[in-house]
Amino acid sequence: MSKIHVTTTINGEPAEFLCEPHQTLLDVLRNELNLTGSKEGCASGDCGACSVIVDGRLMCSCLMLAVESTGHEVTTIEGVAKGDELHPVQRQFLQHAALQCGFCTPGLIVAAKALLDRNTNPTETEARYWLAGNLCRCTGYDKVIRAVLDAAAEMRGETVA
Amino acid sequence: MTYVGNKADLRVVGTRPIRPDGVDKVTGRATFGADMVMPGMIWGKVKRSPHAHARIVSIDTSKASKLPGVKAVITAEDFPNIASEEAFVGEGPMNFRDLSRNCMARGKALYEGHAVAAVAATTESICDAALELIEVTYEVLPFVIDVEDAMKPDAPLLHDDMYTQGVQPKPSNPSNVAKRVHFGLGDIEAGFRDAEVVVEGRYTTQPVHQAYIEPHATVVSYGADQQCLVWSSSQGQFMVRSYCAKLLGIELSNIRVMVAEIGGGFGGKTLVYLEPLALALSKKAGRPVKMMMTREEVFRATGPTSGGTVEVKIGARKDGTITAAQATLKYQAGAFAGSPVQPGCMTAFAVYDIKNVSVTGYDVVSNRPKVAAYRAPGAPISCFGVESAMDDLARKLGMDPVELRLKNAAKDGTKAAYGPTFKDIGFVETLEEAKKHPHYSIPLGPNQGRGVASGFWFNIGGESSGAVHIAEDGTAVVMSGNPDIGGSRAGMAMMAAEVLGIPVEKCRPIVADTASIGFTHLTGGSRVTFATGMAVTQAAEKVVEILKQRAALIWDIPVEAVEWKDGAAYPAGANAGGFDPLTLPEIAMKAGRTGGPIGAEQGVNAQGAGPGFGTHICDVEVDPETGKVTVLRYTAIQDVGRAIHPSYVEGQIQGGAVQGIGWALNEEYIYDKNGKMDNAGFLDYRVPVASDLPMIDTVMVEVPNPRHPFGAKGVGEVPIVPPMAAVANAIRGAIGIRMEHLPMSPPKVRAPLDARK
Repeated sequence: MSKIHVTTTINGEPAEFLCEPHQTLLDVLRNELNLTGSKEGCASGDCGACSVIVDGRLMCSCLMLAVESTGHEVTTIEGVAKGDELHPVQRQFLQHAALQCGFCTPGLIVAAKALLDRNTNPTETEARYWLAGNLCRCTGYDKVIRAVLDAAAEMRGETVA
Repeated sequence: MTYVGNKADLRVVGTRPIRPDGVDKVTGRATFGADMVMPGMIWGKVKRSPHAHARIVSIDTSKASKLPGVKAVITAEDFPNIASEEAFVGEGPMNFRDLSRNCMARGKALYEGHAVAAVAATTESICDAALELIEVTYEVLPFVIDVEDAMKPDAPLLHDDMYTQGVQPKPSNPSNVAKRVHFGLGDIEAGFRDAEVVVEGRYTTQPVHQAYIEPHATVVSYGADQQCLVWSSSQGQFMVRSYCAKLLGIELSNIRVMVAEIGGGFGGKTLVYLEPLALALSKKAGRPVKMMMTREEVFRATGPTSGGTVEVKIGARKDGTITAAQATLKYQAGAFAGSPVQPGCMTAFAVYDIKNVSVTGYDVVSNRPKVAAYRAPGAPISCFGVESAMDDLARKLGMDPVELRLKNAAKDGTKAAYGPTFKDIGFVETLEEAKKHPHYSIPLGPNQGRGVASGFWFNIGGESSGAVHIAEDGTAVVMSGNPDIGGSRAGMAMMAAEVLGIPVEKCRPIVADTASIGFTHLTGGSRVTFATGMAVTQAAEKVVEILKQRAALIWDIPVEAVEWKDGAAYPAGANAGGFDPLTLPEIAMKAGRTGGPIGAEQGVNAQGAGPGFGTHICDVEVDPETGKVTVLRYTAIQDVGRAIHPSYVEGQIQGGAVQGIGWALNEEYIYDKNGKMDNAGFLDYRVPVASDLPMIDTVMVEVPNPRHPFGAKGVGEVPIVPPMAAVANAIRGAIGIRMEHLPMSPPKVRAPLDARK
């Protein structure tokens, strides 16, 4: 079977790759493009460790075929910080110690960014339901939710302790 | 040197710096098990038994081997057939023969998902095709899944050479009961005669998986010169080295295990599954091999912890004094002996000072995956029974449940039924905190209830290595031998910085591979901050001694006349001479002229780990229509000795409590009538998600452990012990029904509610 040539945009830069028709976007990100920040925890859309943003929409990259990214804009964890400048969500995850093993963290941060891109003033309940697709087995979510709410406050220009 | 007594003098310990590996982990740069590639690497996959119990009549690999792209096919024949030998390498005892046969079935497949063969090929797709071409002929055997069924005399036998240990006389027939254990204190019958009130219960728990989000993954290279490189995500690089060496017959120093970041373990990565297979494949193929499990494989073939049956009987005087406590525990071990029933027995009544105790346990094999350690292995199961019965006792006596626990609480000087006499423990303090916590007096609404439960875990010490090297600019590299699962690099850097007297940012913590630091027992048993922290502290103290010697040399005064404070050498008093202080960078710069590089490694066998105690308060609301239980409030109080980095201590407590809530409400292995797991995925095996939970409030009680330089006690395991009983007791309060079986999922809670209508 011949491979398919895909042209897309990843983290703001033009990208192209060859892939098999059955390869997922996660597989290609990790194994063809060496963007290993997106993780495989289940490959069935249940854990959220592979979360990416496609044209502003939060997606599990394990549930999307790589060829479907043609002509779309994909943001992965590697594209969340701007150079040395961390995104407020990343900064607040560090401040709050909202990670332990760090494996689910890229997916949680991408998902939280997608939330705050559309709503910089979520309630705790809204944040909890938005992030319900991202499993974290280490933290019990307490510090994760506090980090996301403080990141939101920071993005609203409020002073965060 | 010890720093315990003077907390006010500590500059770094007890603060909350950003963890040194944090930026890597929030930007996707951290490299986990599956993120590694090696030049020339190919892929490996495992063929697994579709049967719960079957004799392997033959395995024909010829078609698979001929498939283009296939570079190696292995079965049990490619491994030494090793003899039975007990070892203590992981978090509990392990028999090398059993481990070998768990990694690759020999003669019989003992559970659905048991590895029977493996292939390596140039692509993952070719691996999949090759697995289909391996022809295994099975003779399907009767199977047994549940623990009490497995104990029956006519149950299908897993191992025809297994005779129950710990019973006299030695049994004449083989059995699925691997072992009987017993712990006792005093006179149990006299204790019950003394009792004015007796409560009894029979409780069951289901196996639950550690459910770390990172599936097992490894990349290995077996060189033509027998030198092996293993990249692996595990809880112990030295554990991986030991097991691979034993299972493959390789000398230890010929295996170098590199440490990947580990995406959660909770005990489940204290043994090997893929690494020996990958090495055997790599040897045969002459190429590096990468293997990753799918989530389904993780559920079917690794972990979980035991399910069990817990029978409890407690007798007390009317004033609440417990006179006798008895328990019988039956734990599933999975396919090989080794359930955590022994620690389950030892911890069962450990939080109480009881004169007459009798606990008996049975370790039982059945056709399930071999159990692995899971956070305080064994303790949550027995605690669920004991603390549920304690709640019934409090109700029967009309006593507040915290007061009942206070009345019987273990204190300094209490002799535990499992042996030791406690000292420097903080259990009473957790109960006093519970009593005065605002949570404990918030009014409850309709269908709401409040539960309390306490828990215990030993915590361990053991062998660890730490090293501190001073770089030419005066910064420090702090090396240790434990994979960092939850922030231990931060703790190591902080303890070294405290001793060296420099900012924590000047200490770079490194998790070293097996060729770069001395032996270190794995990350488990809540031992790292205690034992490895001790090694790092002592290495840093050695470095301080060297720094003082160098300053003495530069000043030409005796070393006794030099003192070290705030990261610099000072003359000790006026008689030593009027020298300006020499800072660490100044001494480091001159190291070449004063004797060469400055650094030290220290190995320890740390003794005197302080046991951990916790008390949890849980509020729930039960929906009477659906049986759904919602946790409204949760407070976890724990004696932590001294928190080195309080945020990560809180994180351990919160995470453990939530795993316990999952165990209480949702998680279980479900088997179909053919002995196959029905819910091998995160959709059907439901771990708690963010929207299931409230904030988890934590209270850290600090009763320092004088046997650690900074007073630390292990903190990671205690918090999973009380939650199941705390939730069950809250449900009892809400609906007046005692839930005796886990998980307390909606249908299980609704059934007795419907029956009552």
